[in-house]
Amino acid sequence: MSEIKFTNEHECIKIDGDVAWIGITKYAQEALGDVVHVELPEVGKQLKKGDNLAVVESVKTAAEVYSPVDGEIIEANVDMENNLELVAQLVSEGGWIAKIKISDASQLEGLMDEVKYNEYTENLD
Amino acid sequence: MFRKTVLHDTHVNLNAKMGLFAGYDMPLYYDEGVIKEHLWVRESAGLFDVSHMGQIIIEGAGSAEFLERITPSEFQSKSNGRAQYTVLTNEQGGIIDDLIITRIENSKVFTDSDDKFFIVLNAGCKEKDIEWIKSHMPETLCMTCLEDHGLIALQGSLAVKALEETIQCDVSELSYMHMMVGKSPCGEEIFISRLGYTGEDGFELSLPNKIVSSVWEGFLRCEGVKPIGLAARDSLRLEMGFPLYGHDIDDTTSPVEADLQWIISKKTKMYFGYDRIQGELSEGSSRKRVGIKLLGKGIARDGYEIRSKSDEIIGSLTSGGFSPSLKSSIGQGYIDRAYANIGEKIFVNVRGRNIEAEVTKTPFVMAKTKSMKKK
Repeated sequence: MSEIKFTNEHECIKIDGDVAWIGITKYAQEALGDVVHVELPEVGKQLKKGDNLAVVESVKTAAEVYSPVDGEIIEANVDMENNLELVAQLVSEGGWIAKIKISDASQLEGLMDEVKYNEYTENLD
Repeated sequence: MFRKTVLHDTHVNLNAKMGLFAGYDMPLYYDEGVIKEHLWVRESAGLFDVSHMGQIIIEGAGSAEFLERITPSEFQSKSNGRAQYTVLTNEQGGIIDDLIITRIENSKVFTDSDDKFFIVLNAGCKEKDIEWIKSHMPETLCMTCLEDHGLIALQGSLAVKALEETIQCDVSELSYMHMMVGKSPCGEEIFISRLGYTGEDGFELSLPNKIVSSVWEGFLRCEGVKPIGLAARDSLRLEMGFPLYGHDIDDTTSPVEADLQWIISKKTKMYFGYDRIQGELSEGSSRKRVGIKLLGKGIARDGYEIRSKSDEIIGSLTSGGFSPSLKSSIGQGYIDRAYANIGEKIFVNVRGRNIEAEVTKTPFVMAKTKSMKKK
């Protein structure tokens, strides 16, 4: 069983056992506009919760993507570099930027589910 | 509170993504997004609302001499309808603003006098420019702010056709950087200038607020014309290597450093900042504005350091972004003159990493403006 969680920085996370797939939400994509470059993390890199995991660059700005948990990067979506349209796909499909092996599963507890995240973004507009 | 142009409701109804620019709530892009809009202008034609820009008239005997005091360009021998890109300089030779000044062809809107110029100023600078100009202007001259006028730009290869379908005019004899007076369907006078900020053939139209919406709608009914936001206007100008005020030029950069020598007259000597500008013309400036193209992956942005092969900081970027035409990142910045050579290999430091880059001739993409034949 996997589930999808959301951060208030607009990352979306597919939790698949002890692995977290990280992408950005539809809300974030719409705010960014056309994506022109993605800077992926190196496999093997150790991250703390809140560390910079990747950078999604749109025409106008460079948006940092933060790690929602402590862990190690076990895979980066290299296809995304050459096919930026993948950014817009669901995190559970082609839209994941990187996969992290979760060190501390308790850090997932504060994340929002889809209903809460939708409420959260409605209040931002 | 933000300010609005007369087309504000139109943009909202077109579902534009709006954003603040120079105090105005302006369309950044419409439904299709920046990249598609950019490429549309390069292939067809785009319509831009630039009514936030300042429009003034300076008239009276001696206006041309006065313009040669506040800019380093020559105006006395300019013929009617001729437009000149130039800069307002301060006493230190820095740039207060860049602007376009046009000697007005026989217009019925304004009283007759030999010396009369139409001036378009950057939105973010217009108040300070007007104050500066007034404080130096002889009492015999008269300045009028055209606050009841809008400004729209129609740019791209289909612009001529759309213009002639919508407005009573014949632009077949209108050269690049020249203006003529046309008529709206209801007989209102429109200043039509063959110029722009995109590198495409096209026009900027100054027209009374009350007809802006109907002319705008008229253009959008023409084949191949779409509304384009300010974000694509920025990427289009970046591909041309045109400077953006407040980024690529400011009150510390001289026109020589900014690589705008071509606007500096050899004949005039009375302009502000003459000593610095002449000194730099003969000795060379220590830094120079250049075009830069990234060879490695990444996006160059304003503020990033430029480094040499030995990792010395040799300059910084003042503009940067993604070029939709080239599908890679380009920018411009100031670099030590020793490195300001076309083809020079350099690095742009992107978040701590050096990305390979090259000093590049501008425009990055070939301009398609009509030739500037003498009239």
